[in-house]
Amino acid sequence: MSELTARFEVVFPSFHLQVKASVPAEGITVVFGPSGCGKSTFLRCLAGLERSPTGFLALGEHVWQDETTHIFLPLSQRPVGYVFQEPRLFPHLSVQSNLLYGWKRIPESERRVSLDQVVAILGLDSLLERRATHLSGGEQQRVAIGRALLTSPRLLLMDEPLSSLDVQRKREIMTFIQRLDKEFRIPIIYVSHALHEVVQLARTLILLKEGSVVAIGPLAEVFSQVGSRRVIPDGHIGAIIDTRVAEHDLEYGLTTLNFSGGQLSVPHQNYCIGESLRVQILARDVSLIANPPAFQTSVLNVLVATVMEIGPIQAGQPFVDIKLDIGCPLLATITRKSLATLKLHPGQKVHAQIKAVALTHDSLE
Amino acid sequence: MTLSEVDLGPLWLTLRLAGVTVIVLLIIGTPLAWWLAHTRSRARTVVEAIVAMPLVLPPTVLGFYLLVLLGPHGWIGSASQAVTGSALSFTFTGLVIASALYSLPFVVQPLHGAFESIGRKPLEAAWSLRASKLDTFLSIASPMASRGYLTAIVLGFAHTLGEFGVVLMVGGNIPGRTKVLSIAIYDHVEALEYTQAHVLSAGLLVFSFLVLLMVYTVNRRLPIHVS
Repeated sequence: MSELTARFEVVFPSFHLQVKASVPAEGITVVFGPSGCGKSTFLRCLAGLERSPTGFLALGEHVWQDETTHIFLPLSQRPVGYVFQEPRLFPHLSVQSNLLYGWKRIPESERRVSLDQVVAILGLDSLLERRATHLSGGEQQRVAIGRALLTSPRLLLMDEPLSSLDVQRKREIMTFIQRLDKEFRIPIIYVSHALHEVVQLARTLILLKEGSVVAIGPLAEVFSQVGSRRVIPDGHIGAIIDTRVAEHDLEYGLTTLNFSGGQLSVPHQNYCIGESLRVQILARDVSLIANPPAFQTSVLNVLVATVMEIGPIQAGQPFVDIKLDIGCPLLATITRKSLATLKLHPGQKVHAQIKAVALTHDSLE
Repeated sequence: MTLSEVDLGPLWLTLRLAGVTVIVLLIIGTPLAWWLAHTRSRARTVVEAIVAMPLVLPPTVLGFYLLVLLGPHGWIGSASQAVTGSALSFTFTGLVIASALYSLPFVVQPLHGAFESIGRKPLEAAWSLRASKLDTFLSIASPMASRGYLTAIVLGFAHTLGEFGVVLMVGGNIPGRTKVLSIAIYDHVEALEYTQAHVLSAGLLVFSFLVLLMVYTVNRRLPIHVS
């Protein structure tokens, strides 16, 4: 599997971006961080819109920038699609001319995406003859995505493409972006400062803070590290698990989800059997029982778990994060007092009570 | 005196001068305005000031320096004499050079404003769609700046039509070669030939009005659909 390897250092009067990252050139990689952390600058470096004087960038064996040998391809020569924060459609062209602008400019042999395909997946049929300026924000952003796709890019860069849209449009375009990944097999680098986009879209995660990478890796891995509290906002700490809908229990109104560690019961979900569903189990919704519960519990999901790692204990902090293995990683936040009472240690078998399972696509606010 | 006796030569000469000047100015002004809109160089302020100079200088001052420069002893004039056998003062070419300088801000400033208001964003989008810089300029920037171009053409043309001082200094008053409309009108008035002055003045008035009317009609329909 090929990789995207990037090394950039850019110094601005107000801040300093220093990034070294290597991510699989596959699926969606989300670059996440607060405003001003340098994530947009990082994306502009990837595109070649900013030039790091000591930079290096390669996609697989194709080197786009290597300042030690003075290689620097300008954006127009990189097989990159760029979806900006605002749609940036060309106001003097029709929707169709906007869509075909890049398509016309690539050699015929490199055209792997057709207008019909893009029109179908993005639902642009009725818009083609319209002027670009006569569309709603959501429609414009869909055209912008289609326009980028039609250059058959080897890498698609997206800079907070949802930020200017209302909730309904966000939902719609988010679904499109997930379909892009599956239908066109183009790796996507997606910049976001919205955590719900991260947990729903990401396969790989790059966490940036003040211009530096603080965590990088597969999404589930980053989210289940005991140290994730340093980089992930409170209230969002907890393992992310990919599941598949296994069965519906209509009598009790429950849906069973299969995952690598077993099954989870959740309130009824309107999804077909076999559909994949990504869920997050917040660490604060997991409690631990040292001995198998002799008493009965109202909690539906009780899973056998092995203690893997106990998080750092900070003086004055009542809570501690525990990393568990339930067939996949799971994170639990308990009090230090409970830690002492239960005498937890790595390798110990416990039961994890899961009080709530959050569906990531519902967290869209 | 009848209408047919009015010499319309200066009118055609003036239109030819204004037309050629505008074309020259678009060729020079486009890259200059583009550079002004996009450079981060400190020289920008200096260049901007130089471009705006003809707005404040009395035309006779500009005309005087040009006369010196373009004449047989000036370095442009003498270079021209070496190559073509004649200096540039009191020639049509000399008039074009003088008019172009005099009308420069009227073409550069609207273009500069138009390019600046387009900004970098659509350009970056075009680059990301594989368009080279020149391609981006031709397919995105110039159609988006079409209103700026229209304003530049109208102002450049109109300003050249009306100039007097610079032309008189550089071109003199040679019938058929450098005697433009404004000078012809002045001559007629001097000689108390009011009929001729009326005909030429009214002609210019009507012509200017028609041109402006056409331009604003077109302007309403912009931005034009290109693909």
